[in-house]
Amino acid sequence: MMGCWILNEGLSVVLVLSWLGVNFYLFIDTFCWYEKEESFHYTRVILGSTLAWARASALCLNFNCMLILIPISRNLISFIRGASICCRGPWRRQLDKNLKFHKLVAYGIAVNATIHVVAHFFNLERYHWSQSEEAEGLLAALSKLGNTPNESYLNPVRTFPANTTTELLRTIAGVTGLVISLALVLIMTSSTEFIRQVSYELFWYTHHVFIIFFLSLAIHGTGRIVRGQTQDSLSLHNVTFCRDHYAEWQTAAQCPVPQFSGKEPSAWKWVLGPVVLYACERIIRFWRFQQEVVITKVISHPSGVLELHMKKSGFKMAPGQYILMQCPAVSSLEWHPFTLTSAPQEDFFSVHIRAAGDWTAALLEAFGAEGQALQEPWSLPRLAVDGPFGAALTDVFHYPVSVCIAAGIGVTPFAALLKSIWYRCSEAQTPLKLSKVYFYWICRDARAFEWFADLLLSLETRMSEQGKTHFLSYHIFLTGWDENQAVHIALHWDENTDVVTGLKQKTFYGRPNWKNEFKQIAYNHPSSSIGVFFCGPKALSKTLQRMCRFYSSADPRGVHFYYNKESF
Amino acid sequence: MGQIEWAMWANEQALASGLILITGGIVATAGRFTQWYFGAYSIVAGVFVCLLEYPRGKRKKGSTMERCGQKYMTAVVKLFGPLTRNYYIRAVLHLLLSVPAGFLLATILGTACLAIASGIYLLAAVRGEQWTPIEPKPRERPQVGGTIKQPPSNPPPRPPAEARKKPSEEAAAAEGPSAGPQTNPIPVTDEIV
Repeated sequence: MMGCWILNEGLSVVLVLSWLGVNFYLFIDTFCWYEKEESFHYTRVILGSTLAWARASALCLNFNCMLILIPISRNLISFIRGASICCRGPWRRQLDKNLKFHKLVAYGIAVNATIHVVAHFFNLERYHWSQSEEAEGLLAALSKLGNTPNESYLNPVRTFPANTTTELLRTIAGVTGLVISLALVLIMTSSTEFIRQVSYELFWYTHHVFIIFFLSLAIHGTGRIVRGQTQDSLSLHNVTFCRDHYAEWQTAAQCPVPQFSGKEPSAWKWVLGPVVLYACERIIRFWRFQQEVVITKVISHPSGVLELHMKKSGFKMAPGQYILMQCPAVSSLEWHPFTLTSAPQEDFFSVHIRAAGDWTAALLEAFGAEGQALQEPWSLPRLAVDGPFGAALTDVFHYPVSVCIAAGIGVTPFAALLKSIWYRCSEAQTPLKLSKVYFYWICRDARAFEWFADLLLSLETRMSEQGKTHFLSYHIFLTGWDENQAVHIALHWDENTDVVTGLKQKTFYGRPNWKNEFKQIAYNHPSSSIGVFFCGPKALSKTLQRMCRFYSSADPRGVHFYYNKESF
Repeated sequence: MGQIEWAMWANEQALASGLILITGGIVATAGRFTQWYFGAYSIVAGVFVCLLEYPRGKRKKGSTMERCGQKYMTAVVKLFGPLTRNYYIRAVLHLLLSVPAGFLLATILGTACLAIASGIYLLAAVRGEQWTPIEPKPRERPQVGGTIKQPPSNPPPRPPAEARKKPSEEAAAAEGPSAGPQTNPIPVTDEIV
């Protein structure tokens, strides 16, 4: 049991620890460098160790800002997933966790930004104070440097102003720093899970403030206010001796006046690559937007679900993948994700859209789903499609036994999968590695069955025609019913086909008992690796993960459950 | 974008601003910066804003996720009635609170964030949103005897449920041959809902 868990979770833990390790290494290494480096000795006299805190966190910020754009370059991830044939199993599953990694790096940015900002508050305060009349000795001498023509300054605060805020706003670093921090705060407050639920559009639009974030980051260091002694000056001016003889700097030849220069801005070097990559990503999306999408069929299901059949040249998909759709008639800037519900063997691709928010409701209305008359094909709104983007279900065919569990609307990726399974079964020539599929559908509302029931019914008949009735075993669980339904069901209990779905396999009422189900499956397939695929709410995901770990045997030759989750 | 409840975002933004104000205030006071008393003010203002904004308001439609343990603050915030319900007042309050913190460098970020939150609250107020407390739903007492059905009071053969749904006057008026609805010696109440 532990072995399976280690394999499943282990790679994620290893990757997170590596990321954390690199962060700590960069931080500590830079910190020590700035604390010990000779050329920054005089800077440290004024600032103390907050210089090192600020610089170390700046390097970590550079590193994390470089990383943050990569997990959301969807086309890159699809490319890696498709291109690497050796990258099976655990590595593929890591690619599915790209959004989690994006959030992790964002938290890293937030933590480092806090350290950086606080350290610089102290720095600015100290620079400011060392220009006041109370500063004496070496501090005062250092701050006065730069006042005469052939001196270079150390203290970026040149005079003793009224307050540090004006000083901040006079420097490029200060202004861009404020802008960056504001952008970060806005992005983070609009990305909380609650706001994403309340209004996905708000999250999506506000997130684009990242453009301002990266632009400001690139010019943040151009003021060059982090100043250290030049190498030439260090060779002439021995710091350990001269620091006590600051009064003689102007006069004695032994200690010429130290010269300082600002540090080159380096943030742009870190982020240029990923920014270009992400820009290409958006260009690809725009280009795909220009490509024509032909709508071949529009079906409006009574349960408020719209089914769209579309065609696009060069479109190739795998079951379980999703596309991003845009409808300029509804909103010219928003792209929303939808799982594909058609099989790759069909000559069209389809999605099922349920009205769950502003955009989807408007889309349904634009397609006349509320209604009445048939719409002419040329009057249908134009659609743009980007994708398909990969998801976990492409792995279903790699296991000898697969268990697919869907809750509610989470059934859509499995619709594509079941259709694909049927097509593959019909092509007798290529034998499948997959020999058994268990399908569980947990649903609250019986009406939601109706578009899927058709599919299951046709699958049932096709499977029995080919003599493969034992290939697919499905269990439907209805978790909400009212009294009328209960009476009706009780009256028809003994009939051959299920009264709600018309299928041969009966519907169960209430939630599944996962322990029994997993026990039964493990018993039926004692030495196989079983892939478990789930699409639905988090709580159930946790339960299933636990079940997978619990019922996988410790023996490497025994049964092993591998858990995969799909979420948007 | 038409149906965004701006107040929800304003609430998150204001809560974040409160935390930033507290952090900036602590930095300024601990470091004894010049004019550090603004830092002390900032801590107090930050705590006040956090307490005020902690209880999330109820969404107009859909269910609202409560913050952990918010029901105690909800009770306190509810006490102030229109002062806390109205978002215009909150917008002005946040704007006023943010101004003094703007004089100190360490808290300027808090000022900017709180000012933005104030702006979003103003937008929410203009669109007519209001703060409604999230009340716990009263526990439904199981009604004893509510689900007990009366046994059928007429002897068999009984017509099916659908026929019995017809109003009793119609049944009484259509007296006639036994093929019609049964006339009952004692009145029958419709028991199937």
